[in-house]
Amino acid sequence: MTESIVVEDVVKSFTMRYHRTLKQMAVARVRGHDISDTFQALNGVSFTVQQGESIGLMGLNGSGKSTLLKLINGVMRPDSGRVLTRGRIAGLIATGAGFHPQLTGRDNIFLNAAILGMSEAETKRKFDAIVDFADIGRFLDTPVAAYSSGMYARLGFAVAIHVDSHIFLADEVLAVGDRPSKRKCMERMQEIREDGRTLFYVSHAPGSVRKMCDRVIVLENGRVGFDGDVDEGIRYLKYDADGPADEPNDEDLGADI
Amino acid sequence: MATPLITGTSTPDPEEWPLASPAPRGGILEVFRRRYLLKLVVKRQLAQQYSASFLGFMWSYVQPLIRFLVYYFAVGMVLKAHVDTPYFAIHLLAGMVMVHFFNEAVGGGMRSIWSNRRLVKKMALPRETFPVAAVMIGAFHTVPQIVLLAGACLIIGFSPDLTGLAAGVLGLAVLMVFGSALAILFSAMNVFFRDLQNFIGTLLGFMHFMVPMLYDYRRIADSAIGGTIGEEIYLANPVAQGVLLMQRFFWSGVVQDPSLTLYPDHLLLRGLIMLGVGLVLLALAQLTFRRLESAFPERL
Repeated sequence: MTESIVVEDVVKSFTMRYHRTLKQMAVARVRGHDISDTFQALNGVSFTVQQGESIGLMGLNGSGKSTLLKLINGVMRPDSGRVLTRGRIAGLIATGAGFHPQLTGRDNIFLNAAILGMSEAETKRKFDAIVDFADIGRFLDTPVAAYSSGMYARLGFAVAIHVDSHIFLADEVLAVGDRPSKRKCMERMQEIREDGRTLFYVSHAPGSVRKMCDRVIVLENGRVGFDGDVDEGIRYLKYDADGPADEPNDEDLGADI
Repeated sequence: MATPLITGTSTPDPEEWPLASPAPRGGILEVFRRRYLLKLVVKRQLAQQYSASFLGFMWSYVQPLIRFLVYYFAVGMVLKAHVDTPYFAIHLLAGMVMVHFFNEAVGGGMRSIWSNRRLVKKMALPRETFPVAAVMIGAFHTVPQIVLLAGACLIIGFSPDLTGLAAGVLGLAVLMVFGSALAILFSAMNVFFRDLQNFIGTLLGFMHFMVPMLYDYRRIADSAIGGTIGEEIYLANPVAQGVLLMQRFFWSGVVQDPSLTLYPDHLLLRGLIMLGVGLVLLALAQLTFRRLESAFPERL
């Protein structure tokens, strides 16, 4: 077994600025208000993921899931501690990749693929498959600003899934999208998992986490609250308490709210 | 429908892929190592500039041409700058090409991180790609302008010397280095202080008057600041250096009689020193960018 993701005592805090213009800041200072405040998104998070594991990252909104994903993806660096990864990373952060609204779907595919480390030849080879999966039809040469949120999300997922990555990150990929496209995405993620790639899946849906993952990490206010077995993790979050009301809808593969 | 996506690459070879920080290495060298990405960013930027525009690419020439005609009329004919400046049009054009390049590189670079914030926030890529792309776009527009300028000189009668050629190349190098350094530096600072783009924009707007382009260097030498520290400050402007070096190539190449053209002493040496200063500034800009970039995703 080789280590795929190593997170060691990671701390990440954000500065919140309340007052932006000089005037607002001067007024705030006179009145004795705070000009800025810090917010600890992650506070001493540690875990290790082996190659081929598939992790369900769960937690309430604001518990630090997206920040953790951004650190693993390399968009952010930790304030202290270390994040180490092995191999190529692909995936999605917060529904949809970084697309440029004025560019067409076609241009965005090439640009996105290049950022994820694909060469021109590789992108051309996979282009049809990407377009086919994204199912954007005639909109291929339309600026993505005109896309529906479902098309936007599908296109982002389609590019990310076609990268020869070793680690796949999926943040609420299924939040937007209808039943068929959710199912299609889940099938692809199962393939990724069976392929032996490391999967890091953020979701609020216990059903899809159960199907997809063999380990759950629960974040609570920026700390690891639970790390271990899937069912126990879901119980830990009390997500199963909602009981049957949650299940039918969940069976349809992930109501990622 | 389930076709295997990849073949045998799903498990990274620990030899080839050591555990490492997922953050892109960044830095100007990394930008050029990922040339294909840089090329796409440049192409995309150009496509965006010309989208929904009939004249498209031509605007990069129409606007400088109009500006040239206005300056030629107002400064050349009305204020009579061309009376004691032989081939005033070439003098003016050589300067304009350089100022235009610098302004485009610095102005475009300064806004580049902010205007690409959607990508910067979500994707891991060397972020210097964006300011470097702005400099590339400036160069991309400038090369044809230099060709046009050379064409005009050839029609008039052009006999440049080797010193002139060296000066021209040096002038371009100086502005390339300074343009890149300032584009990188300002692009990062602009994320935190959006006032910067207004401030620098205003300064760049004055650049046409702060270089010997609408008037020749002799006017500076004969003016109140001539021979004083004031003149040295004027010449410390890298764009003024770049313009003088470029004029040494094109303008002197058509005027030919050296007694009609005046340059500061040790023009080439000054240019070389300026290039050295620029390289130091570039390194400092890179370091500053490095320090600031980790806060980009939260501030955009």
